[in-house]
Amino acid sequence: MTREDRIARTFADFRARRRAALVGYLTAFDPDRETSYARISAALRAGVDVLELGVPFSDPTADGPVVQGAMLRARAAGATLAGVLQLATRLRAEHPQVPIVLFSYANPLLRLGEEVGARLSGAGIDAALVVDLPAEHAAELREPLRAASVGWVGLVAPTTPAQRLPGAAAVATAFVYAVTLRGVTGAALDADRSELSDQLRALRAHTTLPIAAGFGVRTPQQAATLARHADGVVVGSALIEASQRGEDELVATVGSLAAALAREEAGP
Amino acid sequence: MSPPVGPSLQFGPYGGRYVAESLMPAVEALGRAWPEAWDDPSFRAEYERILAEYVGRPSPLTPAPRLAAAIGAAQVLLKREDLNHTGSHKINNCVGQVLLARRMGKRRIIAETGAGQHGVATATVCAYFGLPCVVYMGAVDVERQRLNVFRMRLLGARVVPVHSGSATLKDAINEALRDWVAHVDDTHYVIGSVMGPDPYPTMVRELQRVIGIEARRQALELLGALPDVVVACVGGGSNAMGIFSGFLDDAEVALVGVEAAGEGLHGKHAATMTKGRLGIYHGMRSLVLQDDDGQLQEAHSISAGLDYPGVGPEHAMLRDTGRARYVSVTDEDALEGLRLLSRTEGIIPALETAHAVAALPRLCAEDPSRTLLLNVSGRGDKDMHTVMARADAEDEVDA
Repeated sequence: MTREDRIARTFADFRARRRAALVGYLTAFDPDRETSYARISAALRAGVDVLELGVPFSDPTADGPVVQGAMLRARAAGATLAGVLQLATRLRAEHPQVPIVLFSYANPLLRLGEEVGARLSGAGIDAALVVDLPAEHAAELREPLRAASVGWVGLVAPTTPAQRLPGAAAVATAFVYAVTLRGVTGAALDADRSELSDQLRALRAHTTLPIAAGFGVRTPQQAATLARHADGVVVGSALIEASQRGEDELVATVGSLAAALAREEAGP
Repeated sequence: MSPPVGPSLQFGPYGGRYVAESLMPAVEALGRAWPEAWDDPSFRAEYERILAEYVGRPSPLTPAPRLAAAIGAAQVLLKREDLNHTGSHKINNCVGQVLLARRMGKRRIIAETGAGQHGVATATVCAYFGLPCVVYMGAVDVERQRLNVFRMRLLGARVVPVHSGSATLKDAINEALRDWVAHVDDTHYVIGSVMGPDPYPTMVRELQRVIGIEARRQALELLGALPDVVVACVGGGSNAMGIFSGFLDDAEVALVGVEAAGEGLHGKHAATMTKGRLGIYHGMRSLVLQDDDGQLQEAHSISAGLDYPGVGPEHAMLRDTGRARYVSVTDEDALEGLRLLSRTEGIIPALETAHAVAALPRLCAEDPSRTLLLNVSGRGDKDMHTVMARADAEDEVDA
């Protein structure tokens, strides 16, 4: 199966079953390599459908305290991009069907230079989500990744004005991530806001790709509400916090989120 | 083959708008509002009026004969940004940006600060206009710049200590960016240097250009000629871009930026122009101190204002084109520079400025016949605590 196919097929399967996929974010190497490998594997077995694997970065300006803390622990445990890609390779071998999206800031990927496509592709990464490369600059990494059949995740925010939507959506090749909240990751979300459903509906007009929505999703209820408007629901900070309380807590949290999505019909 | 870098790089391969999508609309709005305001004569007139009535511009150009004699130079001139209201060049930029924020209908101001000078200047201008102000400051800097923290609070600003990372300037910027993402509708982020996403590097340079324009005119009045060398310290690089921009078209004037070598270039330092590599950081493509894994390295300088692992993109371009050159000065040499200017001219400079002072003997040795123009970017009152701690330690060693 080619890489973007793995993402496309997963979302198509979920759409056919009229439910949203659970996109789970965890930071690689948090709190250390082997624990994070075990936790991520457990989360995938417990119902995470698409893995967003975070590359620790020294200056995560778009992230809130929970993800910052995870990145700090990971870096203290010796995380490097090479180490993260090795972790991805092992996860790929154990979970051949699960789409793996690499979440990163631009600078670590930029340092790989011309090898970036081959390195990510070789580690079984299906797509990259680079928070500080807006549509204007996306080509810098998107093109070398595309040449290696690694997809690109587009980002839109609640602040994205109508005239930016087409461009922001058009750079995506894998799926579009709709940030549902003003602020950094992990802040509080009111999933019932009508503004949110309007935002997601407007985005549909500009892309045929799947839409994953997230930022601030903590409870099964919030996940279920978002699932009515999106093909995937992204949960990050809540999983990191659960994982800090132990594997059992992480598995239980993933289970309750997955169960909530299974009960709700996904967006159109 | 290098990949395409997008349409909006302003300084050769440097610049750009490398921010999260959540911030792009705000950055775009600023990109539209800034040139429109700057081209509006009424905006300029108000900016210039406040600089004259409130900041105290023009700042003098002071001949420094005893300093010149001490280092064997033909002539040294000092551009006295230390005499501005609040004690540094930073306020030139703050006046312009807060005026712009008002014009854009933003009612809340945030800023980062390293040495505290930019924070004090922002807090001052916010007090002048009656706007709420939040200043993010690394916890380490809060400790070493206690006087400025007190000044900001006295001026009505809220100072938020930042404990993450190295708890210095870069972390303060990280936190200010997070605040901006969360409050983008009503908030303007007053970046204090020629860095960050476009239009900041251009806007801050233009707002600091007044230094170079005045200095050039004053040098011509005083000497009937231009100086041979213009020298300024570089952290992010705003005082240097301010004075350089007045002389960029005068090919015969050499431009020298002085950055912080900290404990030495093989130890902990902040010498981005000497040791940095191309990177994407804090919204810009520029030179960055980073490891092989693309992680930012923690900078070090005795001067909080130079303690930053990045540099403004225009400086990176000026380095590449050779129009300016960049040298570095250690903590020890900077302290010596501070004493030198204090004793020869009765001017206690900021530790940032002291780096530029410390480079003068070297520049003079290259050709003693030249006239050197030094930008005295700020005064040293804020640094007395740091300098006293060092002096006490040295006295103990002597005893």
